[in-house]
Amino acid sequence: MSTIALHDEHNHDHADHGHHKETLISKYIFSMDHKMIAKQFLITGIIMAVIAMGLSILFRIQLAWPDQNFPFLETFLGKWAEGGRIKPDFYLALVTIHGTIMVFFVLTAGLSGTFSNLLIPLQIGARDMASPFLNMLSYWFFFMACVIMMSSFFIQTGPASGGWTVYPPLSVVAKAMPGSGMGMTLWLVSMVLFVASSLMGGINYVSTILNMRTKGMDLWKMPLTIWAFFLTAILGILSFPVLVAGVVLMVFDRSFGTSFYLSDIVMGTDILPNEGGSPILWQHLFWFLGHPEVYIVIMPALGISSEVISVNSRKPIFGYHAMVYSLIGITVLSFIVWGHHMFVTGMNPLLGGVFMITTLIIAVPSAVKTFNYLATLWRGNIRFTPAMLFAIGLVSFFISGGLTGIFLGNASLDINLHDTYFVVAHFHLVMGSAAIFGMLAGVYHWFPKMFGRMMNAKLGYLHFWLTFIAAYLVFFPLHFLGLDGVPRRYYAFTEFEFMKKWLTVNVFVTWAAIMAALAQVAFLFNFFYSIFKGKVSPQNPWESNTLEWTAPVEHLHGNWPGEIPTVYRWPYDYSKPGHDADFIPQTVPFSQTMSSNLPHDFEGNEEAEKIQQDWELANPVAENKG
Amino acid sequence: MSLRKFITNKTTAALAVLITVFANTSVFAQDAAGAAAAPKVDMGEVYKSVIFYILVFLAVCLFIAIIGKAIKVYELSREAQGKPVGINWNRVHASLFALFLVIGLYGVYWEYTVHGSMLLPDAASEHGKKIDEMFNLTLIITTIVFVVTHILLFGFSYIYKYSAKRKAYYYPHNNTIEKIWTIVPALVLTVLVLMGFLTWRSIFFKVEDPNNKPLQIEVTSEQFKWSIRYPGADGIVGNKNYKLTTATNPLGIDFKDINSRDDEMADEMVLPVGKPVKLILTSKDVIHSFYMPHFRVQLNTVPGMRTMFEFTPTKTTAEMQQETNDPNFKYLFLCAKICGSGHYNMQKVVRVVSEAEYKTWIAEQKTYLNDDLRKQFNLPVAPAAVKSVADSATKDSVAVKTNQMALNK
Repeated sequence: MSTIALHDEHNHDHADHGHHKETLISKYIFSMDHKMIAKQFLITGIIMAVIAMGLSILFRIQLAWPDQNFPFLETFLGKWAEGGRIKPDFYLALVTIHGTIMVFFVLTAGLSGTFSNLLIPLQIGARDMASPFLNMLSYWFFFMACVIMMSSFFIQTGPASGGWTVYPPLSVVAKAMPGSGMGMTLWLVSMVLFVASSLMGGINYVSTILNMRTKGMDLWKMPLTIWAFFLTAILGILSFPVLVAGVVLMVFDRSFGTSFYLSDIVMGTDILPNEGGSPILWQHLFWFLGHPEVYIVIMPALGISSEVISVNSRKPIFGYHAMVYSLIGITVLSFIVWGHHMFVTGMNPLLGGVFMITTLIIAVPSAVKTFNYLATLWRGNIRFTPAMLFAIGLVSFFISGGLTGIFLGNASLDINLHDTYFVVAHFHLVMGSAAIFGMLAGVYHWFPKMFGRMMNAKLGYLHFWLTFIAAYLVFFPLHFLGLDGVPRRYYAFTEFEFMKKWLTVNVFVTWAAIMAALAQVAFLFNFFYSIFKGKVSPQNPWESNTLEWTAPVEHLHGNWPGEIPTVYRWPYDYSKPGHDADFIPQTVPFSQTMSSNLPHDFEGNEEAEKIQQDWELANPVAENKG
Repeated sequence: MSLRKFITNKTTAALAVLITVFANTSVFAQDAAGAAAAPKVDMGEVYKSVIFYILVFLAVCLFIAIIGKAIKVYELSREAQGKPVGINWNRVHASLFALFLVIGLYGVYWEYTVHGSMLLPDAASEHGKKIDEMFNLTLIITTIVFVVTHILLFGFSYIYKYSAKRKAYYYPHNNTIEKIWTIVPALVLTVLVLMGFLTWRSIFFKVEDPNNKPLQIEVTSEQFKWSIRYPGADGIVGNKNYKLTTATNPLGIDFKDINSRDDEMADEMVLPVGKPVKLILTSKDVIHSFYMPHFRVQLNTVPGMRTMFEFTPTKTTAEMQQETNDPNFKYLFLCAKICGSGHYNMQKVVRVVSEAEYKTWIAEQKTYLNDDLRKQFNLPVAPAAVKSVADSATKDSVAVKTNQMALNK
């Protein structure tokens, strides 16, 4: 293990001279410490989430009261809400930027960026990331992407507004809508920076996990969080570049007169010169990333909830290997299902059939994961910490939203459900709410690790119950709008007789959304207050087995003051019969837990098995154990 | 008494709670009263002012803070008296989950029955019936899974709440169980996939019946309207070329193609019941989606591409009006793919009528080709006005005849 020895020396350097060299800038801004970068990602992610949530409240107000004026909107939005009423173009900009920010900036960077950075080195036992510098760059690219995306609100023609999928020709032809001008250019630039950030992050995560695990930490002893981050990073590395390719072609089409996505277009009577391209090409390229992307969003959340559920049920996660294999299954399958977003685009129907098969297969590993969560809860000893509440909420959303995926994955049913509110309800539950809940579970669980202080549990309880109930109140009724054939991204429901009966539902949903948004105040207050004033965290607040809780509460560059601890066992030895405490950290060797060792702990190591047998003969009481 | 003591005092805290509750309820009561007795005091402006809502929110925050304090006081006093911890939060959450399960399941039932009865009527097309059957099957399966898994999830949360006396059951894996819950979902999904696949094939891979050729109708989308083109007497929609688009020829129809010359325009889509229809979908500018919810028909219209959807309407508009008990019921099609600021209002009425009604209607429709276009395409312009009336009348009747032939083919 030469790497580790080398890093040990590195650490001594830091312990001796490192600290007083640190300036404000190198510690808090251009930090190369993975823990600080994680915090930067998290706080940026939270700010972006608040912005995106605010946007959603704006368009929900429009949907609920399409014929009323709200003077305060004009105060804030100026010409985009003249007379206190949001304009159709700006409404589309709102849904577009809401989607883009939530999917990419919050649930990809905010979730993966935060927890991969924080937990990978701490849970596998490494001093830092493989390349701390790349890690820093990754954050700053992300930050620039955020700034550029937000800057599009301050230009004349407004932000991109062709939907977060920015289908051409709508997004390419500037005449098609105001948002397809400068706003779209900024969107594309922002996405390129974002993808660069996420590639740098991903490469770092993969190389750190593969090369820098501490002694004894073989792949099958890694916590499920790490498995999830690892596979997520692989997914990102393989799929994000395709988006960049698509984006670059789009930049060419927009600015240099090429025709990758354009052909036979007449705006009014103005015949465009482009010939030979196909708008469907963009959809293939976009969804080749876009579908893995939803798994990039949900897999870290699943990893976090696996860990949180196991710790707080005081039980090993049921079917650890099955959990890993199902993650691998999801990773592989997610590359061959993108066509289910395109069943009704006019793609060859034969392809539709194929993609339907692969799509419904992916439900199998997802089902396995759900059942394993349930089995983990069964006969557990459940502590309802705020993190645990959110993890249970995640499982509930994952089930509710996952099941509606079976409708949409079926090409025949998708004909009538495509682009309706049913889709909106589906993905907001399964990847929106579920992933946000995974992220919140992670924040509540690892807040002590990040800031050395505890968050207020009672505010956490309040936050959970309000959010959980409100999320269902918002999204459950939306399914029925979709089943009635109400398309998404409609500025108002006033023009169609059959939609008018849903206006009252829209008012209800908007109030529920406002309730959900206000509930986040409890979180934001709790979060920022606890950073400074929270109770100081004990060493291992949740009595957890994983390695990060052996590192000192007080942060230091290099994570562990002395040697990195060695790992002897898997991370899920909770409530093991024969052991007095209900948890055994990964760093406890089997020789110290002779009374609780089980035959399969030794993985066929005959010598160890023999020692155990000898010990059991010498201590017959141990035979009575469970 | 110092302020701090005053705040932490139990009675004061309880009083404060009561007062806030009262204040809040009276605010809400005022809300209700204001809504009921609108003419008395016009509260409209108040409800529109942001400050009003901020104040309400701050009041709620204060209320929550006071409750929080009260709980803390209660717990501290319990601790001071040496009694066990004040509130057993694990039990609280376990009970809340149980409550959530019960209320949630009732809520789902309510949604299914109340909102579930506001949905689209049964499919009005042949393939739509198959889609509806598949939908119902999927709905039954998923609802069962939904209810069972949620009962387990919240049930386990309730039953296995934390107790210091108990230790969790160490149960890391069981391969048999894993296999069962991999294979069972796989089998169920295989059934759904197979059915879905067959339905999909039957929709998109139709073998044309030479004795019952589908009626071709072309629909062209643009921001933000639809244009409908009927094939005319020959039953064939003629060629288009986007480069021919002008103000007088907005669809870019190529009238050099003889099939185009008798093509007719229509303001609404009228379909004869029971007759297969082949929609040819095209777009002028951006992608739109042709969505006809009552017939379970949707396909995007893509510039530079012709997409096709074939279906057979089975119920006339009149029949549907009876079935839904709504004399104003209309079939329609609309745009389902984001296409710009007018996306939310892109609709056209569809009328399904008997064959006879269809024939009278189609006979009244005008052709796209007019004198201006004739000149443009160097076609012989119809001679003098008087003659042209008579001429067009005979032509119309000829058109009707050939049309009938086309229909009877």
